[in-house]
Amino acid sequence: MAFQAHAIIDSPAPLVAALKDAGWKVIAPVERDGALVLAAIQSAEELPRGRVDRASPGEVRIEDGRPGRWFDHTLPASGWKRWLHPPRHLLWRANRGRDGFELKTPPPETEDLAFLGIRPCDLAAIARLDAVLGPDGSADTEYMRRRRHMLSVVVQCARAADTCFCTGPGTGPRAEHGFDLALTELEIGLLVEVGSERGAGILERLPSREARETDIEEAHAISRKTAGMQRRRLPPSAAAAIAQAPDHPEWDQLAARCLACGNCTLVCPTCFCTDVEDTTDLSGDHAERWQVWDSCFATGFSFVHEGPVRTSVRSRYRQWLTHKLATWYDQYGTSGCIGCGRCIAWCPVGIDLTAAAEAIARPASPSPAPTGG
Amino acid sequence: MTAPLRLAVWKFASCDGCQLALLESGDLLLELAEAVEIAHFAEASSSMREGPWDLSLVEGSITTAEDIARIRHIRENSRLLVAIGACATAGGIQALRNVADAGAFAAAVYPHPEILDALETSTPVSDHVAVDLELQGCPISSAQLLEVITALLSGRKPQLPVEPVCFECKRAGHPCVLVANGTPCLGPVTTAGCGALCPAVGRGCYGCFGPLPGAVPAVLSQRLAELGLHRAELTALYRSFAAAAPANAEEAARHE
Ligand code: SF4
Ligand code: SF4
Ligand code: SF4
Ligand code: SF4
Repeated sequence: MAFQAHAIIDSPAPLVAALKDAGWKVIAPVERDGALVLAAIQSAEELPRGRVDRASPGEVRIEDGRPGRWFDHTLPASGWKRWLHPPRHLLWRANRGRDGFELKTPPPETEDLAFLGIRPCDLAAIARLDAVLGPDGSADTEYMRRRRHMLSVVVQCARAADTCFCTGPGTGPRAEHGFDLALTELEIGLLVEVGSERGAGILERLPSREARETDIEEAHAISRKTAGMQRRRLPPSAAAAIAQAPDHPEWDQLAARCLACGNCTLVCPTCFCTDVEDTTDLSGDHAERWQVWDSCFATGFSFVHEGPVRTSVRSRYRQWLTHKLATWYDQYGTSGCIGCGRCIAWCPVGIDLTAAAEAIARPASPSPAPTGG
Repeated sequence: MTAPLRLAVWKFASCDGCQLALLESGDLLLELAEAVEIAHFAEASSSMREGPWDLSLVEGSITTAEDIARIRHIRENSRLLVAIGACATAGGIQALRNVADAGAFAAAVYPHPEILDALETSTPVSDHVAVDLELQGCPISSAQLLEVITALLSGRKPQLPVEPVCFECKRAGHPCVLVANGTPCLGPVTTAGCGALCPAVGRGCYGCFGPLPGAVPAVLSQRLAELGLHRAELTALYRSFAAAAPANAEEAARHE
């Protein structure tokens, strides 16, 4: 490939500055109220340097890690989708005039966004969203516009959280392509891989030195070590098994533990569902239509004439798991899950989708034979 | 032109906070005064016109025999009756007396408790008369109230969320306080509408928008118990703003 240039930089600070100089708004993980969240940063000072996250089902804590390390943490609390597919978005306004009403689409606010510190799995999630909302999918104008104004600086993971399982779907812990730049944090600095012309242009502006063969080897060794830290896995037979097991007794077990709170879908970097809300004002002369994030855990999600179809928690949990892991293949040719583990870590009751998939993939134990009579 | 919609606002046992949510809506209140006829709103105006009213907004819970007669009169003379706030929809914080000895409270507070003429219980409006719509919250959200009035004016159904607070919390970009800090939070079982005010400042939800229909608080309680909440704390958690809402009353009693 044309962009194999490798270089070493000492710190991400000049990179953040160069991106800002070039007019990019830099979005990166920052620590806020005990969690990593995505926010616009002004300088590398705001990065959660020396901090790590400990994630387990239903519990995430941020604590001190190795001092000075920039990127030993893993994932922010929710996916990057909010910057591409916003939680609330005004579709149009309508004003009543003398001859009917006039529709107005709000002028797009065009911002060039640089995603700094996006992880390989989350980059893969954007590719999944492209299939759904991009030109080959529903061609969501807002999504496609924002997508054209996005740049990615991937960080190749040096640690995996207990909830990570990207090695199964093959979305991490190393991204091979699809980024503008990728960083691996070595002992001697940050190894920069160039993935695009644009990325090469940015690297040119940074104080850097050439990477040695051993630096590249070290980066690959880090990725292998990170992959080795992962314990969870989706059973390969999950997709087929789930699609064929709508009556598996395990669904009842899962439903009995699930709050139907929707957190899993909302933090998931590939869940894309939205609803539309119409508003009018008191004069009745102005109306607006908004697109808002929805979730298949809402009862209203399956509302058809006379009421919702999926009233039970069982049916809603089944919809989520079935769509993510099985019917997504039918729609888009891939799994809807990229293995980030957020739905496990950020589920308030700690339901683990890998365990759920495994239980469904296991054949249901045969019902006890009738004992005469 | 058709006659403007006649609006009446009523107060029962309450703190006036929901009426304030209406009064505080600023310019919108002025617009409202132009769009509808405010026929009765004692907190805002001394002119109190007789019924019938097209829309009665009722704040407060029913706590005296006189309240019962008054709410019936209001119902009979209102085309639509909307109960607003935790008091009117679930008995409010004062419904804590439903599970205690109200007489003992009165004796502890008043030198002459015998002059009080109150019922043993504080109950929601819907226990006494038919209610067309309930607006949740302590206090209600003024945006939701305006949504109800504008929907009525334009002849459409109001859009009120039937989803947990978690949805609003995640749309706003707040990480879950329960997961990130182990903070007890009723968000997963509470109706959305407030915009996740409490999690926005790192607090758990106290459930002031009332139980989400169909939610299962027992699942949440089990998790909170694992996080170290004692039975008494669980009872107290469900016994606050919407203590008398059946889902809360039941869950609170289960841990007593
Ligand atoms: S699986 Fe967890 S996060 Fe998802 S709806 Fe159920 S309780 Fe909520
Ligand atoms: S289903 Fe769960 S693990 Fe998979 S991508 Fe979504 S949040 Fe991540
Ligand atoms: S799992 Fe549910 S919320 Fe997520 S994309 Fe599928 S239907 Fe939508
Ligand atoms: S977060 Fe809960 S307690 Fe706080 S305002 Fe909203 S509904 Fe009420």
